[in-house]
Amino acid sequence: MSSVERREVHMTIPVAPEMEIAATAQVSALGEWMEMGRDKIDEVKMAVVEACINAFEHSATPDRKVELAFRVGAEEGGRGAYLEVDVTDAGHGFDPTRLKTPEIAAALRSSRKRGWGIKIIESLMDDVRIESGEHGTRIVMRKYR
Amino acid sequence: MSETLKVVVDRPDVNVAVLRTDGYINNTGGEEIAKEAYALLGSGVNRLLLDLEKTKIVNSIGISILIEILEKLLDQGGKLAFCRLTPTIEKTFQIMGLAQYARIFSAPEPALAWLRGETE
Repeated sequence: MSSVERREVHMTIPVAPEMEIAATAQVSALGEWMEMGRDKIDEVKMAVVEACINAFEHSATPDRKVELAFRVGAEEGGRGAYLEVDVTDAGHGFDPTRLKTPEIAAALRSSRKRGWGIKIIESLMDDVRIESGEHGTRIVMRKYR
Repeated sequence: MSETLKVVVDRPDVNVAVLRTDGYINNTGGEEIAKEAYALLGSGVNRLLLDLEKTKIVNSIGISILIEILEKLLDQGGKLAFCRLTPTIEKTFQIMGLAQYARIFSAPEPALAWLRGETE
């Protein structure tokens, strides 16, 4: 890609085992097209997996579907080309400010070992925005090339 | 589409075992590893090396099962090492703090030397 062309792909996946892997194929395709490095593509794939399984496990979305939008764009005069992924469900939502940050020491002492998804997403992506309410949740994740 | 995990177990020493994974470490993949790990723990192995050379993707549910295995190993005075992780999997383990309690190596040989107590 000689210059940064905008490109957008939409996808709907059912709430079903391993459908998050189908979503990562789009990340690979768009990441390679925009000449993003392999390690960064893999980090976006991991973040997409986590956002999808969060929706699968916690949203109780009544339509049993998760919507994804994959967007290639560029910030003029900013940080340049990026790959942005939205993961949206129509579930009951949650309050992101009430999420507890997991700690490995506590996890090793307790029966609760889960709850790492948002921490992983925020650590692997450059920008993350979570919009959540009674009509669902949308996680917007951006990684710069 | 199936990303079913395969696990191959090798036991080079009486108390050391290597689990080589091939595939996606999610809930079912993690449970497959745990099944093998707990059988090994029951037979006297308390030092495990997880060789993830053929695993290119994991998720946090799978990793939470690895944390359960780590907990049981530590309870028995054992050790857990990982080797041949992709950069993203290694970064994820660092984010989660797993590297504070388990060691990460680039290759199996130094990992086995550490598990045997030959190196620090």
